[in-house]
Amino acid sequence: MFDPLWKLAVGLLTGIVFGVLLQKGRVAKFRVIVSQFLLTDWTVVKIMGTAVVVGAIGIYALLPEGLVSLHLKPLVWFGIIVGGICFGVGMALFGYCPGTSVAATGEGRRDAMVGVLGMLGGAATYVLLYPGLSGLLKMWGDAGKVTLPQWTDTSPWIWIGGLAAALLIWAGILYSTSGSRRQHPSEGGFHKPTAA
Amino acid sequence: MNYRIYRQLAGVVAASTAGVAQAASELPTPYPYPEPAWSPYIAGGLIGLLVLTTLVLAGKKLGASSAYSDGSGMIGRLVAPRHIASIPYFQNNKPMIGWTFMLVIGTIIGSFIAASTGGELTGTYLQDMWVARFGPDSGGLRTLVALAGGALMAYGARMAGGCTSGHGISGTLQLAVGSWIAVICFFLGGIASAMLMYRL
Repeated sequence: MFDPLWKLAVGLLTGIVFGVLLQKGRVAKFRVIVSQFLLTDWTVVKIMGTAVVVGAIGIYALLPEGLVSLHLKPLVWFGIIVGGICFGVGMALFGYCPGTSVAATGEGRRDAMVGVLGMLGGAATYVLLYPGLSGLLKMWGDAGKVTLPQWTDTSPWIWIGGLAAALLIWAGILYSTSGSRRQHPSEGGFHKPTAA
Repeated sequence: MNYRIYRQLAGVVAASTAGVAQAASELPTPYPYPEPAWSPYIAGGLIGLLVLTTLVLAGKKLGASSAYSDGSGMIGRLVAPRHIASIPYFQNNKPMIGWTFMLVIGTIIGSFIAASTGGELTGTYLQDMWVARFGPDSGGLRTLVALAGGALMAYGARMAGGCTSGHGISGTLQLAVGSWIAVICFFLGGIASAMLMYRL
């Protein structure tokens, strides 16, 4: 049950790199997260989309070689849907997610530190209610640990190719229109020209 | 005669360089801070490589939300160790300083380092967008909303089995059906409540 010390050290190191990337990717900021939900700033989707395409290519290239194994969560319908919507509502209220809130804490955003306390409370509430919830969670059934290729009996490369193509086309459209966007910044609506 | 042309050319180049530099510094940036940030595609691509590397080298998934149930359990253990040990959830998920907990600690450190190098360390409590919507005297409201939002989010993450990192990146890149559905639900809930809060 306990992780060996080297894994804890790797975890800390991974976290440091993750924190640098979240901060440099601008997602440790309240404005970027909330503007994503207002559909005026697409930084979050750009980062997630690129991470997913890069990671998926790597995973499914290494999988047949036996160099990596999948670590999936089961598709428990009620938990995923109801929990997922609660998560989204809470994230919009708070303005950070579990990873970016600690990144925002590192950036010195004090409202994120308060929300981290709220998260400890929310997690504790779930833990206390868990015995009663465990039956409810399975109310809509459990489809097990299943991937899109398994579910549809298709090659993973169709999915990965589709995702990569969608990202490239979308990024290309954004890039070709970025000239006009720069002159008329519409993202968020909080723009002060920086003093020279 | 050539000499004069060169002098004039040099003058024009110097003047235009200064002019361009001047114009560039006067351009409104799309962000209300100087830009020490990286392209989201580069940050995202590196996060994808990071998830891949930890899966291959350590056999571990990159996630954040379970650190909060571990954290609450460890805090609870300081107060009532017997009670914590008797809680069913903690019998399958012993609260401990594990992989995810260390990852979250590392994230604070990494972000602090990145923010320091980019001159982005801030001590703000009310963020710009919040102030524009709820006013500068809304500190009490912000405290309540941050606590409630954080609590609801962490509760939902445990119920769904992951967060934006665990489902949103690590799960979706393994093409897990549940993770893709979870992400859609994250966005549905987030878009609906953000629109209600900031657009009505």
